[in-house]
Amino acid sequence: MTATSLVRLIAFLLLAAFITMPQGFAFLFEPLIAPGAPAIYNQGSLLVLTLQHLRTVCLATIASTVLAVALGIFVTRPSGAEFLPLSRSLVNIGQTFPPIAVLAIAVPLVGFGEKPTFIALFLYGLLPIFENTLTGLTQVSPLALEAARGMGMNARQRLVQVELPLALPVILAGIRLSVIISLGTATIGSTVAAKGLGEVIIAGLQSNNIAFVLQGGLVVALLAVLIHDGLGLVERVAARKLGRFLNEVP
Amino acid sequence: MVPPRPALSFDHLGFVIAVLIGIALFAAPFATYRATRIASGEARLVIEALPFSMAAALALVALGVALGAVLARDPLGRLGSAVIGLAVLLPSLGLSAGYLTPADNNFARVSPSLGFWLLSLSFSLLAVDALARMRLGPFGRLAALAVGASALALLLLSGIWDDLSILKEYDTRADSFWREARQHLLLAFGSLAAACLFGIPLGVASHRLRTLRTAVMQSLSIVQTVPSIALFGLLMAPLGAVAASVPLAAALGIRGIGAAPAFFALFLYALLPIVANTVAGLNQVPAAVVDAARGMGMSARQRLLGVEMPLALPVILAGIRIVLVQNLGLATVAALIGGGGFGAFVFQGIGQTAIDLVLLGALPTVALSFGASVVLDALVDLSKGTTPA
Repeated sequence: MTATSLVRLIAFLLLAAFITMPQGFAFLFEPLIAPGAPAIYNQGSLLVLTLQHLRTVCLATIASTVLAVALGIFVTRPSGAEFLPLSRSLVNIGQTFPPIAVLAIAVPLVGFGEKPTFIALFLYGLLPIFENTLTGLTQVSPLALEAARGMGMNARQRLVQVELPLALPVILAGIRLSVIISLGTATIGSTVAAKGLGEVIIAGLQSNNIAFVLQGGLVVALLAVLIHDGLGLVERVAARKLGRFLNEVP
Repeated sequence: MVPPRPALSFDHLGFVIAVLIGIALFAAPFATYRATRIASGEARLVIEALPFSMAAALALVALGVALGAVLARDPLGRLGSAVIGLAVLLPSLGLSAGYLTPADNNFARVSPSLGFWLLSLSFSLLAVDALARMRLGPFGRLAALAVGASALALLLLSGIWDDLSILKEYDTRADSFWREARQHLLLAFGSLAAACLFGIPLGVASHRLRTLRTAVMQSLSIVQTVPSIALFGLLMAPLGAVAASVPLAAALGIRGIGAAPAFFALFLYALLPIVANTVAGLNQVPAAVVDAARGMGMSARQRLLGVEMPLALPVILAGIRIVLVQNLGLATVAALIGGGGFGAFVFQGIGQTAIDLVLLGALPTVALSFGASVVLDALVDLSKGTTPA
């Protein structure tokens, strides 16, 4: 076992221990708080909030992945080529929208709660995935496509058996970026009453309790680091498989 | 790849835009009327929201744009028709507000509704698509931005939009609007400047020393994963302690709550892109060029300032672009800890469920980020052009 994977394992165990039995860590947070104030978040279960946070992020990422990949495939086909220049500019413009603005504009349209958070995460998550799908699909070597055509593959077979596998590592990188941005943005969702770890942070800001802010922030940060690492691993596996595939078919 | 296109033929994107325009004109409300600023709204179609002649004119122009979008292929023509569409649509929103508001009623609010947003979206899509196809150079893009910004300023200054709900919100808060605007810019640009002053030398040092690079990059990436509101909150404690124990710091305005923790948090978030892009920029300077400079007898300092930094400039500027857009957005969150900025309106508006107030905070933020990204993209292109590759 390498040093980094040991660190990861320890981080994961710490996180799991903290969200399941936070009272065991109370002694760490006691020096930070005013006498008499609770040291550990006491308005709900950290485990439930973490799961709700992950659920929102997960659902939003799945929805943005499906739409972004489908759109990416569409604009790189001959029938969708007319949309390619526009979609490139839209991705650039879309990324200048701050996530908080998206969230704030969604609230008046759909009300408070999970919905505006989901919409903001979904819309904001589209951009990195769409951009990477475009990059991945457009950088597939024309030689590989020519070879596939020569083997008698039709357009659909070329897409599923050649283009998508070759673009997969880049698409996965986009999904990873999108998840990490969403994890942080979802905490802001708690300002519009979405369930999640942001609640802990906001409760801390409101009652001037630094221990709460630290707990919420640390759990989100640890989640982000672990998920970032985990998805990075998936990407490397995909790239390695691809490497083997390329070696087998020179 | 794309076969040459005839001057007149069926355009798929144009078809989508034409469908959007059709929905916006006939099936979606153009404006929303509310008896008070937080009352629920009543939808008004184009035909109800404008005097008949204006509604007919708007519908004719919009249909003309739709037809042009489907049939015309020339980007310049498409851009022209989109601009004419916007030139009719935007003032008519102001007219509609004046038309729908009963005389001498200060409580009623008229705001744009789905139909207006769809029309402006379809006209803007057409314009963006035409601009993308024209492949403007950096100066062309800056000029397009300047024209758009001046048109917007003209609309706002002419008073034609004064009856709109968002400008009524602005009217009651004109003083605080500009104060928050200054605060927002100060937070975003101030922390960017601090991050450049500190991050570029750190990047140069990290480029030279591999061990420093790993340590710096890893700690900065961890900072990036801490959600913004948590980092803002966490910095309140140490800065509050500094203010309590160091009178000079308190006199300088450093406090646990307010702008100081927000400024410091933005600074920390800004460091990673600046340091990483400085390192990446210096890494891509060809070793042969540096060797040649050494051969010419340049000192290490001359090589860095005269050769390496100019060649790394486009990449460093790209990092500054990322940071500026990110800072302008994140500065909105500063309002949560009393740091001010446009976020103050956003969060007040969320608290009062007043959509206009939310938009008063969100729209300037979006406009600023958009403007900043266009300007810096142009600068990146210009800096590439002036340095021999």
